Amino acid sequence: MELLYAITLGVLTTCGVYLLLRARTFTVILGLTLLSHAVNLYLFASGRLTASAPAIVGLAPTAADPLPQALVLTAIVIGFAMTAFVVVLALKAAVELRNDHVDGENPDEDRA
Amino acid sequence: MPLALIILLPLTGALLPALMPGRSARLLASVAAIPVLLSLLLLLSQLPHVMQGGEAIVQQLNWLPALGLNLALRLDGLGLLFALLITGIGALILLYARYYFEGNTASARFFTLTLLFMSAMLGIVLSENLLFMLIFWELTSLVSFLLIGYNTDRQGARLGARMSLVITGGGGLALLGGLILLGQAAGGYELSTVLAAGDRIRAHEHYPLILNLILLGAFTKSAQFPFHLWLPHAMSAPTPVSAYLHSATMVKAGLFLLARLHPALGDTAAWFHLVTLTGMLTLMVGAFVAMFMHDMKGLLAYSTVSHLGLIMLLLGLGTPMALAAALFHLLCHALFKAPLFMMAGYVDRATGTRDMRRVNGMWRVMPALMVLTGISAAAMAGLPLMSGYLSKKMLFNESLLVTQPEWAVVVIPAWVTLAGLFSVAYSIRIFHNVFFNGRPIDLPIASPRGPRAAALSPLVVLTLGTLLVSLMPESAYLALVQPAFGAARQVLVEAYDFSTLGGRVPMLMSLVALAGGMLFYAIRDPLFRLHARLPEVDAKEIFDWIMRRAIALSQRRVFQLENGSLQRYLVFILLSVLVIVGLELMGVDHWDGGVALAPLDPLTLLAALLLWLAAIGVVVYHHHRLPALLLLGVTGLFVTVTFARFSAPDLALTQLMVEVMAVVIMMLALSFLPQKSPRESSRTRSCRDLGIAMLIGLGVTAFSYAILTRPQTTIADFFMANSVPGGGGTNVVNVILVDFRGFDTLGEITVLGIAAVAVFAFTRDLHLKARVVDTHPGHWVAEPHPIMLSTVARLVLPIALLVSAYIFLRGHNLPGGGFIAGLITAVALTLQYMAGGLVWAQARMLTPFRPLIGAGLLIAVLTGLGSWVFGYPFLTSAHGHVSLPLIGEFELATAMLFDLGVYATVVGSTLLILANLGKLMTVAGPGKEIG
Amino acid sequence: MNHVLILPILLPLITGAGQLLFYQAPFALQRLLGFASTFWLVLLGVWCLQVAGSGEHLIYQPGGWPAPFGIVLVLDRLSAIMLALTALLGFCCLLYASSGTDQRGAHFHALFQFQLAGLNGAFLTGDLFNLFVCFEILLIASYALLLHGGGRARSRAGLHYVIINLVGSALFLIALGTLYGLAGTLNMADLALAVAQAPPSDAPLLAAASLLLLVVFGIKAAILPLLFWLPRAYSAASAPVAALFAIMTKVGIYAILRVFLLVFALGESPLNHTAWGWLWPLALLTLALGGVGVLGSNSLRTLTAYLVILSVGTLLATISFATEASLGAALFYLIHSTAMTAVFFLLADLLGQQREKGYDRFSAEGPIGHRWLLGTLFFVAAIAMVGLPPFSGFVSKAWILQASATQPQGLWLWAVLLGATLLTLIAVSRTGSSWFWRPGDMAKPYPLERGPLTLVAGMVGLNGLLAAFGDPVMHYLELTAVQLLTPQDYIAAVLPEGRMTAQEGSP
Repeated sequence: MELLYAITLGVLTTCGVYLLLRARTFTVILGLTLLSHAVNLYLFASGRLTASAPAIVGLAPTAADPLPQALVLTAIVIGFAMTAFVVVLALKAAVELRNDHVDGENPDEDRA
Repeated sequence: MPLALIILLPLTGALLPALMPGRSARLLASVAAIPVLLSLLLLLSQLPHVMQGGEAIVQQLNWLPALGLNLALRLDGLGLLFALLITGIGALILLYARYYFEGNTASARFFTLTLLFMSAMLGIVLSENLLFMLIFWELTSLVSFLLIGYNTDRQGARLGARMSLVITGGGGLALLGGLILLGQAAGGYELSTVLAAGDRIRAHEHYPLILNLILLGAFTKSAQFPFHLWLPHAMSAPTPVSAYLHSATMVKAGLFLLARLHPALGDTAAWFHLVTLTGMLTLMVGAFVAMFMHDMKGLLAYSTVSHLGLIMLLLGLGTPMALAAALFHLLCHALFKAPLFMMAGYVDRATGTRDMRRVNGMWRVMPALMVLTGISAAAMAGLPLMSGYLSKKMLFNESLLVTQPEWAVVVIPAWVTLAGLFSVAYSIRIFHNVFFNGRPIDLPIASPRGPRAAALSPLVVLTLGTLLVSLMPESAYLALVQPAFGAARQVLVEAYDFSTLGGRVPMLMSLVALAGGMLFYAIRDPLFRLHARLPEVDAKEIFDWIMRRAIALSQRRVFQLENGSLQRYLVFILLSVLVIVGLELMGVDHWDGGVALAPLDPLTLLAALLLWLAAIGVVVYHHHRLPALLLLGVTGLFVTVTFARFSAPDLALTQLMVEVMAVVIMMLALSFLPQKSPRESSRTRSCRDLGIAMLIGLGVTAFSYAILTRPQTTIADFFMANSVPGGGGTNVVNVILVDFRGFDTLGEITVLGIAAVAVFAFTRDLHLKARVVDTHPGHWVAEPHPIMLSTVARLVLPIALLVSAYIFLRGHNLPGGGFIAGLITAVALTLQYMAGGLVWAQARMLTPFRPLIGAGLLIAVLTGLGSWVFGYPFLTSAHGHVSLPLIGEFELATAMLFDLGVYATVVGSTLLILANLGKLMTVAGPGKEIG
Repeated sequence: MNHVLILPILLPLITGAGQLLFYQAPFALQRLLGFASTFWLVLLGVWCLQVAGSGEHLIYQPGGWPAPFGIVLVLDRLSAIMLALTALLGFCCLLYASSGTDQRGAHFHALFQFQLAGLNGAFLTGDLFNLFVCFEILLIASYALLLHGGGRARSRAGLHYVIINLVGSALFLIALGTLYGLAGTLNMADLALAVAQAPPSDAPLLAAASLLLLVVFGIKAAILPLLFWLPRAYSAASAPVAALFAIMTKVGIYAILRVFLLVFALGESPLNHTAWGWLWPLALLTLALGGVGVLGSNSLRTLTAYLVILSVGTLLATISFATEASLGAALFYLIHSTAMTAVFFLLADLLGQQREKGYDRFSAEGPIGHRWLLGTLFFVAAIAMVGLPPFSGFVSKAWILQASATQPQGLWLWAVLLGATLLTLIAVSRTGSSWFWRPGDMAKPYPLERGPLTLVAGMVGLNGLLAAFGDPVMHYLELTAVQLLTPQDYIAAVLPEGRMTAQEGSP
């Protein structure tokens, strides 16, 4: 199980990073989202994996570590905020720069 | 008498001219002269004390003791000699400037800067603390920069100024380094400490470095070869400046420093070679170039260079009386060089040119000037009975006394004789060529008129000085040089025996120099022609060229790295992660922590596989954006499942809601963006990226596996134990969120709020008229809203709100809470947008979202502050039992109020983002604020 | 427990929220609120300096839960210095912004307050995850402020800035996960003990996590090769925002100091040695790049951006010696460089507005209004920035040289630092002479706003005062260095009962 979980993280990360390195904003955002999934799962895993024992007092004899869950919840929300922000920013950039390349249409523009 | 006064007088005096701009030079000069004369008087009042070989006067005030930097001043013979030169000649320069700037109403700047410079220069020679001295040292460089660039409209002036600043400033940095090392070697920055620690310093491991750095500072300042290049170009400054800074005072600072530090650093082989050789080179180069200069000021500048070299040479020799000779010559030089510059200035003013090929036969128009110049020139040439003659014979004398090393025994005397020959030649030239040598040749000012008699007064005074020294050298020596010599050597020194100058060899040497010089001048014309054939090199041009090249180069280098490509920056970052962390991970011996692995059930395996497929699918289809986005959604769903599978219901709920919102937002965005990504990355590039990605993925896998298989020691039990008694809730995750770590949650909703406001802010005036390329029209328009969906949506809304209320209330005990509730609400409302279309929705809910966010945050914060009332820290929670129908018994904690804030913020933020994103689709164009 | 300690975070937070709630209120009121809050922050900063000066750590536990279970705020000398610096800088930037910049976009003041809240939170928190949250606050706020005013250059630079920092956040979370997974706690003091007691088999993993953090903070602080987002982002931002960003890189440096001198500083072979080992060469390269960049930049804002890089390099190189003297010197330089880079961002705007054409481009040649006045200001500011006497730059440089001279590799820093200084000198002397000397006076100069001018002049003056009355400051900083090098006190203050007992104990 643990190995499977670890590999899953690896797959998610790999896909995320690969997309991150593409040249178009939308793809990069896809990558970032995948990456944040991986990261959240990773943070979650720091509490180890426990089946059917939610951290609710009196529900099960042994409970999962609640702290990482709380952290992940925070991370998820922050991640959401960031995603939303960067999506709209990408949109703005695409509209203003008239293309959606991550560097805008002409990276050398500022050189002069 | 506080020594600081000597420095402060000119410093404060510098303000006066600045306060009366546009006044006549005459008034300004007289105003400026007052503080100078006062300082001069103060100095003279100390003369007797010093002449009697009295102790050095040291006064000090702590400034930065931790740094060893204190306001410490010192007055002894050496300092006094220089201080007198600075103030005395300074006063005469002011007098000279009064005539030089006659009729010029914009000379206030000159007087201010000159006084500023004077106080800085006094600071150098009167400092007891070396770091304190350095402050003045740099200050002189800066003022000199401003004065050289005085005629700001001339390109030459600007270049010369920059050049001098770069060279002397660079030297100053080296000096800073040298002095700091010196101080650490000596155990203090006070001169009294440093001078006493000579042996320790010379034995110190850093001695060579110290010596080199300090010499670098001194050589650059005193224009020693090859740093002399800046001095001739400093001549584009007004003549008073050239006469004062670049001949009489500032360029002597380096010499002063070496004379000062001689007891601490001097008399080693390294010192001898570095200083003597540099001096010799400078002496010769300066003298040689000076002969072929047609520009009067140029000639004087190079002769200054050569004289500085001469003094430097003497400082290096290390024979008993060499230092005395050096100081004596320094005095003579200051006295005879300043008038020559002044002369050049007047002639320039009168004739409009400084080219000696045209300026001839001036004796007709300015006979008085001719006489004065004659005396000074004679002194410079070292004609018998003149001051220069004495100092030069002193030089010859010392050069003969050198016994070590062998080469020096012969070379140095010959060398100095040759240089003496040249100096005779150019001295004759500046006199004869200007005042005789036939008639002037087409001068810009056809009929030049000599300066008024009064205007000659400063020259007269200085020339008298020269004569005085020439006629009674012994007394001049006793009065000024002897005390300085003593102070510099730090020992009692016997008087210089001028009778030794009668020696036959020195006599011979000077005669050779004289005869040779005259001969040389006689046959100058063919030599000039010869010299004219040599290639012309202009240091200024070279300097500028070097600067341009350096700048162009650095530009290229920098932009090779910082080329504005995000992909490259990301690769840099990821690679550094791989290298830095990877190297460390080599040390991991066993990844497996040894905890027994949990059994693997087929269902989980299936889910995992699907998750992989979805993720990989996103990569494979990323060129077709819509499918990729849908697959991303699927990935999110499976992440949700994972959370659910490993007993994290809250996370599952949150993730679900967030996923929905995120996908919706991306959908909206996508409707403006191209639907396809072009295939632009080359195969190699893709492979490289894939490689990096895989390595990182591998790392994450290894990491997480290592962690998952290690035994866990955590603080979790505490939360389980205290959740109910302390937090009043059974859902520990929620209690942590709103109580144990409520502060995090506060921060997190702040982030959400800011994000929303930011989105509002930068989409406010975003014009979508300019559509993105290759989105075919029509595609982006919101779909015509199917009636089914809209009806369903409207039915769902109340239910959804109910559900969220329920989730909200029970959140503290069972999975749920303000967060999830808020997201559910937001989703439900979003559904309305989707279904009814934006216009419809806006018509019905004109909620101003920004205040909602603000209110949410405030509720959360104020709830926290509430606990202050009861004397508890921020966010301490209190709770009690409440029971409601339907929902049943639940704890009502202040945490709930906090959760309410969370709820409000989440709803507000999410909807604000959506609304503004949606706004872009509607005809309600830019300008119209939503939310 | 003194409630004032949390005000540096809450005050701007409340103000910002209020400014949102009453967004329809007249703009003047919004402005006033901002001023009031920032002014109080300055006073709070002074208070913190004074309280922390006593040498003990002040603790605040939001929620009333003891460390390591709840989040804890800790005020020590370092935090106090950073808080005061931030407040003062923020106040100046706000003053400058109120000359019109703040109206070129929505909600400038609210965002500004949130930014300050985030910064202060980062400087106060004693909990690693909370540090992450504070980072996110100050980052999202900085994204928004960077985009303030709109324009293509800002969008492009902003996009890079945001994406790179998102990657940074991801790395941060991975590091956090690793640390929690291995040590089972998040409180820095507790972590320090846990890391020190960790089994040797975990050591490399922990070290790897620490290096991940180094990279994350390195991105914030802009070390080579993680710094390339900086020049464009900083030169694109509007003047007051860029000036405020002068503190942003310092946040990364603060985090490095805090984490590597506390969390990874204990044990018989402290993990932070590896970090210093990496930091030293990278910092030197950064410094060199900064110098070259300064010489090669094509506009005053870009030049200033590279000055930021230069200062970061200097700081980290000095810090990596990790001795009392070097830390003290570094902190002095930190204060100086923050102030001066801010001044130069403002100056670039001030001068750019007065130039006939080209704004702050070097390529453009044209007369400038109020030549002598502005020229003098530029000259003095340049002296202060290059580090020539008698300004604080000189003092800090002298101190750094003294501190590093005793180090085995110290002379490398000497060479690079002095070289970079010379390059800077060349660059600014060129700028000055070609802007203020070459062209004549402007026929009809644009009106010069007194306010911003006096502000910038005042900031330069402060820099001078910092040198003039440097002695107490240096003393304070030396004590700060001592405090940083004895993490035991910090830990004792946060966990009075020590680790094990604290974990069994309940409120």
